[in-house]
Amino acid sequence: MELFFLILQAIIIAPIPLIFVAIGELVVERSGVLNLGLEGMMILGAIAGFSVTLDSGSFVVGIAAAALAGALAAGIFGVLTQVLMSNQVATGLALTIFGLGLSALWGQGYSGESTAPLAKIHIFLLSDIPIVGPLLFVHDPLVYLAFALVAGVAWFLTRTRAGLILRAVGENHDAAHAIGYNVVAVRMAALVFGGACAGIGGAYLSTVQTPFWVENMTAGRGWIALAIVVFASWRPGRLLVGAYLFGGVTVAQLHVQGFGIDIDAQYLSMLPYLVTILVLVLISHNKARSHLNAPACLGKPFFASA
Amino acid sequence: MTGTALLQLSGITKRFPGVLANDEIGFSVAPGTIHALLGENGAGKSTLVKMIYGVMRPDQGEMRFDGAPYAPARPSEARARGVGMVFQHFSLFEALSVAENVALGMNKDAVGKDLDRLIIEVSETYGLSLDPARFIGSLSVGERQRVEVVRCLLQNPRLLIMDEPTSVLTPQEVDVLFETLRQLSSEGCSILYISHKLDEIRTLCGRATVLRGGQVVADCDPREETAKSLAEMMIGTSLSFPERQEPDLGDERLVVAELSVESPDPFGTDLVDISFSVRAGEILGIAGVAGNGQVELMELLIGERATEDGAVRIDGQPVGRLGPTERRRRGMCSVPEERLGHGAVPDMSLWENVILSARTRKGIENNGFLDLGIARDFARQVVETFNVKTAGIEHAARSLSGGNLQKFIVGREMLQDPTVLVILQPTWGVDAAAAADIHRALQELAKGGAAILVISQDLNELMAISTSFAVISEGRLSEPRPTGSLSVEEIGLLMGGVHSSVGRGASAEKGASVERGASAGQGAAR
Repeated sequence: MELFFLILQAIIIAPIPLIFVAIGELVVERSGVLNLGLEGMMILGAIAGFSVTLDSGSFVVGIAAAALAGALAAGIFGVLTQVLMSNQVATGLALTIFGLGLSALWGQGYSGESTAPLAKIHIFLLSDIPIVGPLLFVHDPLVYLAFALVAGVAWFLTRTRAGLILRAVGENHDAAHAIGYNVVAVRMAALVFGGACAGIGGAYLSTVQTPFWVENMTAGRGWIALAIVVFASWRPGRLLVGAYLFGGVTVAQLHVQGFGIDIDAQYLSMLPYLVTILVLVLISHNKARSHLNAPACLGKPFFASA
Repeated sequence: MTGTALLQLSGITKRFPGVLANDEIGFSVAPGTIHALLGENGAGKSTLVKMIYGVMRPDQGEMRFDGAPYAPARPSEARARGVGMVFQHFSLFEALSVAENVALGMNKDAVGKDLDRLIIEVSETYGLSLDPARFIGSLSVGERQRVEVVRCLLQNPRLLIMDEPTSVLTPQEVDVLFETLRQLSSEGCSILYISHKLDEIRTLCGRATVLRGGQVVADCDPREETAKSLAEMMIGTSLSFPERQEPDLGDERLVVAELSVESPDPFGTDLVDISFSVRAGEILGIAGVAGNGQVELMELLIGERATEDGAVRIDGQPVGRLGPTERRRRGMCSVPEERLGHGAVPDMSLWENVILSARTRKGIENNGFLDLGIARDFARQVVETFNVKTAGIEHAARSLSGGNLQKFIVGREMLQDPTVLVILQPTWGVDAAAAADIHRALQELAKGGAAILVISQDLNELMAISTSFAVISEGRLSEPRPTGSLSVEEIGLLMGGVHSSVGRGASAEKGASVERGASAGQGAAR
């Protein structure tokens, strides 16, 4: 029972970095930009968060530095793709490679160090509920922030005028331009937000979850986050489902063998990707419906006409 | 209607690479008038109104609005001054709802909480029925235009620019729109009205400015002119309209039998038991209000969606399961409704666009290789025969004006010598001279033994060219009858009447059952 409780707790924490990275990318893709540099922005956030937390002794300053690092990387991507009109796919891949390299250089002096665990917040009264209380309402602040962010993005996209403009730019940038919206400015803002989220996601990994610095420690999580956005068909609510499905499998593969079930861990590692392909097939199956999901201008360059 | 002009233009000039689109244009629009802007395709009308709406800026010249200098850098500035515009290629977002599209086209402070109620109110006041919750992607072209019109009306504009507003409306809808426009003008709003339909301009507009080749060639009162004299100002030469000939009918070339298909689009129209045939030499015109199954019927006829083998036959051969290329090989060519993106690839050159549909029938493709020489020659032939105005066949399809592109697409299909031609809205957004050319070409093609199916919302057009006539309403087709046995008014009433009296509202029913989409995706017939 005690072990089961610990596994459940681990499952709740495991997808938090994925949620941060994916919710940022969701906003970016809704604005019509495909940023494949998630892995690079995430690892930059990881090392920035880890090194600054360690040097300053302040967790808050560390997380802020991680967000800034991610946002800066996304800003570079934005200038290249939105202003200088470079290819989004190629630039995103370059950003990933750049991030992995720069973080390795930056992190040379930080191997073997460790940050202090983050204090957990007990939510008044709710945390006193037996079993459910400690499971759901005793966590560090970033866990709550992740959920607040998902709810906030959902609200922003469907209930605010700015969110409507963002979706409009992602759906038909020519029409948005004709009506008089600044397509490039909207996309730059979305990119910077997405970069900051990816940075925080990386920092959560290096300062809270692990908590130490290893080169390439994101280990493909940026790509999984990208898959989650597609899995979620660009809806924040479904994004949580996807993150827990994928994160849950990651935790499960650590424990399955402990329970004596005879299955190779590699098969479980493949599962999230197989599920993503399955979901892609399912949402692409009905043309009329997929049309209502994917932003129509996703990945297309915007040239202002006259 | 006298006093200072609401909008005054002087010396407006705009150059594009290789083209002088507007050359020293000057005229003025008085308050509360309906002012026509008349000209052939490529005369520079669209460019001019885009500058008035702030989408483009003139190279030279100045504009004054309400006596004050007016140089909008972006559309929101134009809207803030009281200028609204309905675009020819609509500026709508397919995956967003009607209400969201309306909100996007309005300035921030004008959008309130009760937008849905306002949309319903305005749309009912002006007889342009709209459901704010529907997605644009599920609306027909005619319904999309209503969204644009309502969007403008909600902002109480002082000048409303309308680019080809009636080309997709039925006579009744046109009458309603005209009532709306007259009401607006009596309330003091000026309207800049772009149309190719000379009769409309004569009944509606109090003033007309005629453009030709980017210059103002005439300024007149259209009510004192005849359609012929206006057309001559516009084109500079005399017009000849196609003559009605008695059809010389041959064998049945296109046969459709008991076609009943659910639409894959949750908001689409199901087709119910459609049967008809078109004989050699016959032009069957199918009329109907937008969104009554025209697009679905077209998809099934030309093979974009498959159905049962025997449901569609060309010259006796069942083709229901075959795709468009195979049907082309058997003699069926087609022109879809949407020019950019369906009829032509916008960013490809004209000769590349020729390859897409003519590669089998013109022998451009041989064993997987393309003979580009044939493609270029054929593209040149289309441009010359159909008098397409373009700087050359190397230019992208997108660079052509709407009417010129339509002439190109129609020409590309007709010059492939089809035995069956299916054509949707053949002259949407095409000027009178070009429309007459297209009509004449269609009639010649039919005379040569082809079977032609024209699906259009322009009744005058169908009355002018078709030899037999039917109406599609909520996915059902009326019995085809010889053209001329009914008047335009009777047919219009039939369309409207059938539309509301058939109780089983297919489109309303579909709207409520999105979850049915999975089974509809099979496209199962009957």
